Amino acid sequence: MADETLAETPLHAEHVALGGRMVPFAGYEMPVQYTGVKQEHEAVRTAAGLFDVSHMGEMELSGAEAGRVIDGLITNNAAKLVDGQAAYTCACNEKGTILDDLIIYRLAADRWLVVCNASNRDKMVPHFRAAAEDAGVTFEDASDRTALIALQGPKALSIAAESGDDGTALADLGPFRLAETTLFGVQVTAARTGYTGEDGVEIFCGNDGAVTLWNALLKAGEPYGLLPAGLAARDTLRLEARLSLYGNDIDETTNPIEAGLGWTVKLGKATPFLGQEALRAIKAEGVSRKLVGFEMIGRGIARQGYTILDGDDEVGVCTSGSPGPTVGKNIGLGYVPVAMAEIGTRFTVDCRGRKVEAEVVETPFYKRA
Amino acid sequence: MSTDIKDDRRYTKDHEWAQARDGEILIGITAYAVEQLGDITLVNIDVSAGDAVESGKGFGTVESVKTLADLFAPIGGKITRVNDKLEDQPELVNDDCYGEAWMVAIEGDEAAIADLLSPSDYEKLLSEQD
Repeated sequence: MADETLAETPLHAEHVALGGRMVPFAGYEMPVQYTGVKQEHEAVRTAAGLFDVSHMGEMELSGAEAGRVIDGLITNNAAKLVDGQAAYTCACNEKGTILDDLIIYRLAADRWLVVCNASNRDKMVPHFRAAAEDAGVTFEDASDRTALIALQGPKALSIAAESGDDGTALADLGPFRLAETTLFGVQVTAARTGYTGEDGVEIFCGNDGAVTLWNALLKAGEPYGLLPAGLAARDTLRLEARLSLYGNDIDETTNPIEAGLGWTVKLGKATPFLGQEALRAIKAEGVSRKLVGFEMIGRGIARQGYTILDGDDEVGVCTSGSPGPTVGKNIGLGYVPVAMAEIGTRFTVDCRGRKVEAEVVETPFYKRA
Repeated sequence: MSTDIKDDRRYTKDHEWAQARDGEILIGITAYAVEQLGDITLVNIDVSAGDAVESGKGFGTVESVKTLADLFAPIGGKITRVNDKLEDQPELVNDDCYGEAWMVAIEGDEAAIADLLSPSDYEKLLSEQD
């Protein structure tokens, strides 16, 4: 079954015991689904889902200059964060294209956590390490000793509250706020963040606490309708919420402005950052293409890599696409010329030789009530 | 991998089945294929009644939330019927892949079915997967 070169998260045996179908993903063997993607997706939208995202990379920076080091590598403004606050950001190269998208966490003025995509860990760790060392900031790649569990859905906070007072306190956190606390006896850092378009928390803990926490959450969540959810549901949930997936919608050939992530680019922030000049120029000149959300009008499902056509002309490419279980339509994201980015614009998607009509729509495709 | 296999038909390495029934050969996909695909959301049959199909050639696709699979004609012949029900009810493939969710019916050489994998050969193939 398992490819010997694949890494396992501390929850691997739990996934297998739950009947998870394990697939290679970003160097790890991860559960793509347990009971079925539609059922898991639906559970997250109506109750809650539990995801193992321990494959993500965690970098810890500490020292007086830690925040400034991070600020120099990211587009968003780390200096604006207060203790216990997190932010989504891009990290760009000098050309202004995207090296990775990250969440940065200010635990304290001199203690920061940066979470990167698993697929970019080998690139981002040396990138941050080098900048940290230059500034005398202590750097640790904590990925291999840190587990990350995402509890997502309208019932997520109620389920966390089943662990007692510390869990209840999580409900008082604002979005993108975090707490270092104890859940079901496990020392955790819990943040009000997620990748599903639902309310919820993402919970970091040491590898040794992961199984205890995972099983306690599953048990506490059972009466609420919580299901373990795999990568497939994570992908449909994030697509409906129009959250970018690195390697699909954004990569080193795309810049944040055209990707619709211009809001993460703070050109006026105090700390100069990598890619700043290029991004200033891109913003001044304007972009030639934009990442848009579209709905399939005809019978077809757009998939990553499918060509977008205007008549017979190839004008763009689909970067993500699948059925949207909650929106009840086949949806996708793709880059198209700015002139075709208006809501209501129609084009066709080449679904393996079949031209299927699609229409640009407002995103997110799904927004929780 | 424990997956349902029927004794009353033959199989292909592409996880399709063929069964002679009332002068036609019905073609569908196996429970293993369904399990691998997950929730089926779209069935596209690219042929219509009267079209000729060649053995081994693609005649459509089955798509799930996550991925898609090509349909190949296990046997050549002439399409007699297409299961139109699947157009609006792709989930039938998840519910009844060996019955109601047949894909197409072919008029062809019924003797050619014998050249496909027997149930025990197909079971052996599945045991070698993963």
